[in-house]
Amino acid sequence: MRRSLLFLPGNQPSLLQNGAVLPADALIFDLEDAVAADEKDSARYLVASALRHLDFGRREKIVRINDDHTLREKDIRAVVRAGADTIMPPKIAGSALLQEIGALLDEIEQEAGIEAGRTKLMPLLETAAGIELAYESALASSRVVALALGGEDLAADLGCSRSREGKELLYSRQRLIIAARAAGIEAIDTPFTDAQDNTGLLEDALLAKSLGFSGKLAISPQHLKGIHQAFTPTGAEIAYALEVIKAMEAGLSSGLAAVSLRGKMIDKPVVEQAEKTLAIARASGLLAAAEEIADAE
Amino acid sequence: MNPIRMAVAGTLESSDVMVRVRPAEVLSLEIKSPVLEQYGDAIRQTVAEVLADRGVTAAEIELIDRGALDCTIRARLETALERALS
Amino acid sequence: MLSKEYSDIKSAIKASPLEDGMTVSFHHHLRNGDYVLNMVMAAIADLGFKDLTVNASAFFACHKPLLDHISQGVVTGLECNYMDAGLGEEISRGLLKKPVIFRSHGGRPADLYRGAAHIDVAFIAASNADPAGNCNGWSGKSAFGSIGYAMADADMADYVIVISDQKSIYPLQQSSIDESLVDAVVFVDSIGDPEKIVSGTTRVTRDPIGLLMADLAVDAIAASGLLRDGFSFQTGAGGASLAVAQLLSDRMLAEGIQGSFASGGITGMLVDMLRAGLFRNLLDVQCFDRAAVESIAQDERHIEISASRYASPEAKSNVAQQLDVVILGATEIDLDFNVNVHTDSNGVIMGGSGGHSDTAAGSFMSMIIAPLYRARLPLIVDRVGCISTPGRDVDVLLTQYGLAVNPRRDDLRQPLQAAGLPVFEIAELKARAEAICGLPQPIKRKDRTVGIVRSRDGEILDRIYQLAD
Repeated sequence: MRRSLLFLPGNQPSLLQNGAVLPADALIFDLEDAVAADEKDSARYLVASALRHLDFGRREKIVRINDDHTLREKDIRAVVRAGADTIMPPKIAGSALLQEIGALLDEIEQEAGIEAGRTKLMPLLETAAGIELAYESALASSRVVALALGGEDLAADLGCSRSREGKELLYSRQRLIIAARAAGIEAIDTPFTDAQDNTGLLEDALLAKSLGFSGKLAISPQHLKGIHQAFTPTGAEIAYALEVIKAMEAGLSSGLAAVSLRGKMIDKPVVEQAEKTLAIARASGLLAAAEEIADAE
Repeated sequence: MNPIRMAVAGTLESSDVMVRVRPAEVLSLEIKSPVLEQYGDAIRQTVAEVLADRGVTAAEIELIDRGALDCTIRARLETALERALS
Repeated sequence: MLSKEYSDIKSAIKASPLEDGMTVSFHHHLRNGDYVLNMVMAAIADLGFKDLTVNASAFFACHKPLLDHISQGVVTGLECNYMDAGLGEEISRGLLKKPVIFRSHGGRPADLYRGAAHIDVAFIAASNADPAGNCNGWSGKSAFGSIGYAMADADMADYVIVISDQKSIYPLQQSSIDESLVDAVVFVDSIGDPEKIVSGTTRVTRDPIGLLMADLAVDAIAASGLLRDGFSFQTGAGGASLAVAQLLSDRMLAEGIQGSFASGGITGMLVDMLRAGLFRNLLDVQCFDRAAVESIAQDERHIEISASRYASPEAKSNVAQQLDVVILGATEIDLDFNVNVHTDSNGVIMGGSGGHSDTAAGSFMSMIIAPLYRARLPLIVDRVGCISTPGRDVDVLLTQYGLAVNPRRDDLRQPLQAAGLPVFEIAELKARAEAICGLPQPIKRKDRTVGIVRSRDGEILDRIYQLAD
């Protein structure tokens, strides 16, 4: 489940320690923008050590590596050996670099006795070229599990200014979603940057959900609540999903070719959406309660 | 490998440790820590392990601790030792 | 016509029955902006008195001059409910020959009323007084709000001297302490620094861990079933405590809950809740910020209470006993839920019970909110360095890693678990901290007692030992 993905600055021990308890679905240990140029080595050692020795639970541990080629390989070697689940290469455009990283991961996994293919990729698209070549990135490697949007740098590249409503990013967001879905992977939205504006965050997260994103990057722990609220199915949505599955199963056992629910055809996409909804509900701990209610009716 | 120049890593922020490493003839370790009584032995043990791993037999090491966890001490010491080689 | 007014502090002291070996008292409502204790003790030292005991409701960093008086033999004994580390460190190193007597806010008046403590001369700082000694703390340029901690002193001391920097015409219209209890009055230029007496504003924490714990705390309060009309509540003045009050406020507004009272040290946050109709009254023994001082001066729903009414076990009833929930802190807690707020993890005196043991004993649910470890030092220990509040009065521990409920309180454990909150055994939380921090070695201390912690009932609850060299 990747509703929320929280950035943790890689060179600050107290904030890395906090990561262990903050309720994000996934943690992104940042070696790139959150770390000063002369502290890249410090952050690399610190993040690797934290990954090895601290207990972050069963959540996905993502590391945003540096784009600089003199740092990239060292970053990847250090954190994969330390137990990172996913690498987030920034400023990705197209497939070449992702394939190169994929090959490096093959090598490291083999050397370190890690199950082949275990380490995933979540490229961060933050340039016009990145958006333009999004589909290529999504297909670059079987390790790519999601495309993530980096709105701040993207806006700069597009020559527009960021607004609270985010209209300037609308096309980029939709383009990324199309590319991700066409490739059968997830789409993750850009972080909301005002740490104090929880109302704005909720609106932004609801917009992201309505467009088709399945989760959102976060730069502040204060945003996690709002993100979860936006991306967690409501009671009504869960109840409907349960009905869909029930109707589907009833239809199958009666040998019906087509099933309808409340006058609407239940076809494959509807069933898949219902399954996704129930998966998130289960992971959020909401399924049991919803099932009880459904059974009672 | 023993340090060939002076190097520093880490900060004086809470939960961090500032490590300074200098070339020397022998091995010496000085620790300033608010938790020296409770964790002095543990800190010395951690330092010894990292030094052994990196084959450091001679160095002047100074730690100014602000309640860093073991994993942070390791990381900062490794960073300082690495910087001290270039 | 009798005149109680003296031109300066020295004359008032000379006219008083003060002799070597006696006990003088002060309240701490001027907190770290207090000038009065230092002025009085300087005058006392100048006049050549020796071997005095100073019984103040609390000592702050600004009272460092006491260390000199101790070295000179002017002061040989200290009694208080709270001691800042500025003094505490020296005491912990063994500066005083006699152990410091520590009480709680409720225990101090209780000991006076039950005759277990005695004050010869009480010095009561007031921000407004008339020449007969009618006085209060909520008006005047140095206003500090409630004068609750001084009331038992006024009642029980042999001789009472009021010191003020605002002279009002007799009779002062509204007095918190009246002339019938006052022997002498002195007017000085200034009783304290208004900037340091009360903070401008107290702020909710921004620390994500503090906010996380505050969230969990409100969930726990709601799950306990106590959050309904008539709810009563007390919390501290720190950023994390205020976060709890803020979130409670949001929840009460959303659910249309009207509480009965909030008590304690009062902050602007609680004043806002009063004004929003979330509480019917504030019961105030101490004002922490400007908003609280302004409110007590003009809102009749904001009520000044004495320390005795607040928390004394000798009172027929006290406010602490009426409380549903109190939020408290801790430097350490042990597997029996005993809590330490007197010393830090290194054994250095840096606090005291204040109202901790009183409200823990009186409230229906006492909840300690504290991080599982602070700068590598685990909160949960095998045995606390000092028992400030006995485990039987501590109901719930809340850390960022989850909650622990005192085995005596199944009635609280059930609903918290049923609500899906992360409830663990306290031993599990201890193990979690040790896995993160490593196992701490115990600190060494000397055999010599530097502090005696008196329980609310007048027993010896624990001793504080001198630091090893």
